[in-house]
Amino acid sequence: MDKYLRPIWVLFKKELMAYFNSPIAYIFIGVFLVVGNWLFFSSFFLVGQASMRDYFSLLPWMFLFLAPAITMRLWAEERKAGTIEFLLTLPITDWQAVLAKFFGGLAFLAIALLLSASLPASISFLGNLDWGPVIGGYLGALFLGGSYLALGLFISSLTRNQIIAFVSGVAACFAFFVVGADFVLAGAPQAAAPAMQFIGLGSHFYSIAKGVIDTKDIFYYFSFIFIFLWLNVKIIENRAWK
Amino acid sequence: MIEIRNLNKKIGNRLILEDLNFSVKKGEILGFLGPNGAGKSSTMKIITSFWHPTGGKVLIDGRDVSEALLETRKRIGYLPETVPLYDDMKVGEYLRFIAEIRGLKKEAARRRIGEVSDSCGLVSVLDRPIDELSKGYRQRVGLAQAIIHDPEVLILDEPTTGLDPNQIVEIRELIKRIGKEKTVIFSTHILSEVSAVCDRVIIINKGKIVGEGSPAELMAKSRGQDAIYVKLRGPKEEVAARLRGLEEVERVEIKDKEAEDVYGYEIAPKAGVDPREQLSLAVMKNGWGILEFSRKAVSLEDIFRELTK
Repeated sequence: MDKYLRPIWVLFKKELMAYFNSPIAYIFIGVFLVVGNWLFFSSFFLVGQASMRDYFSLLPWMFLFLAPAITMRLWAEERKAGTIEFLLTLPITDWQAVLAKFFGGLAFLAIALLLSASLPASISFLGNLDWGPVIGGYLGALFLGGSYLALGLFISSLTRNQIIAFVSGVAACFAFFVVGADFVLAGAPQAAAPAMQFIGLGSHFYSIAKGVIDTKDIFYYFSFIFIFLWLNVKIIENRAWK
Repeated sequence: MIEIRNLNKKIGNRLILEDLNFSVKKGEILGFLGPNGAGKSSTMKIITSFWHPTGGKVLIDGRDVSEALLETRKRIGYLPETVPLYDDMKVGEYLRFIAEIRGLKKEAARRRIGEVSDSCGLVSVLDRPIDELSKGYRQRVGLAQAIIHDPEVLILDEPTTGLDPNQIVEIRELIKRIGKEKTVIFSTHILSEVSAVCDRVIIINKGKIVGEGSPAELMAKSRGQDAIYVKLRGPKEEVAARLRGLEEVERVEIKDKEAEDVYGYEIAPKAGVDPREQLSLAVMKNGWGILEFSRKAVSLEDIFRELTK
């Protein structure tokens, strides 16, 4: 295996296993599936359309809580338990550590999403489901989730308290999501509106979820993720904290 | 093997380490001694490249740890003071993780896990979650983790705290065994440990090296010399005067009184002479009764206290 990837892979496996070693992971996934299904089906039969548009407009709001819950412990716990001193004296670079944690979280999120695929499966059984927007929706969800995770991971590196990491993670994700939302843009100054719409995580998600995969949106998500992972590396590099 | 050159570390405005210079050879066990907060842990954090130095450098086998980061880290095994372990993992699982991330191949990893769990006495707890272990076992897991990749340099920050006397002896034996072929730096504030394990000692205080040498050398260099304590029955003033009159004696001090005319005297000899024989002859000649006669050797404790005052 490639020299650079191997330590990432080992640490990634450990991080992913750590979720399932505690009951918290099952609770997260359980709540995510139950809330998602319940909110969706409560209106599904009223509307009577074999479409997942409602579900995908709901997803960003659920991720708002799920993603920070996934990332809150990743650095905060290492700092609190002091294991960070041990982790960062292993023969791995700071980037490798950050990437492993990020992909560990992303894999966990992907598992949660995969389990929610029972939803489109049962809809397609009930009616004629257009799979294009569904696949686009899941892809968009991964990008959006990845962005939330990168942001949450960065915030987790700033504190040794998981609760603080979670609450500020939710707040930060909310801010980035809502800055491009229609109701905020309506109240924003005209000149700033396009920039805000571009920065906002939500607008990019909705266009992908429609099934329109634009390189601009993909580029946006990759840059967003990269910037926060990079900031994360800078925080870890500094280590001015005890 | 390890070379520390003009090492400085500043945190905020506080200078934690000031111009540290020392080196450790292969096959040498260096004891790192100092009161709490002296900079022992900070120095170790820099050697293991967890912290960057503010000035100066650390060379491992001639390579700068802040440049050849991965290369030097591979050669180092490190046990931090707080023994941080991943509590949610099982001991065996944890060791496997360390072996893998350290780049050991599957077969080698299995062999080494067997070896270190043997030498650290972990065989019976491999299936136990780490957070259920006692302090002594945690310490052993920490040590096993540090030596699993057979590192050339071992940095141990107070490896024997929290262990019971039997475990301490075991761990010391292990360190000594490893120290025969590798380079070991270990910090402690248990002074007897230093004379039991180390070839060389560095005493640091407030971020500066205040003493260096083998335990024997340090004792010899120390200002305080071996003193002699005698308890005699005889008229106090006369005894003191006669003792002071001896050629080999520098100073006589009356230390305690046991009964009427029974006093303890501490006698400091002149440099380089042994006054014991003359002393006993004088006592016999004067017909005083001897109740006690002992030599007080300068201990590492005295040196430590003197140097870190």
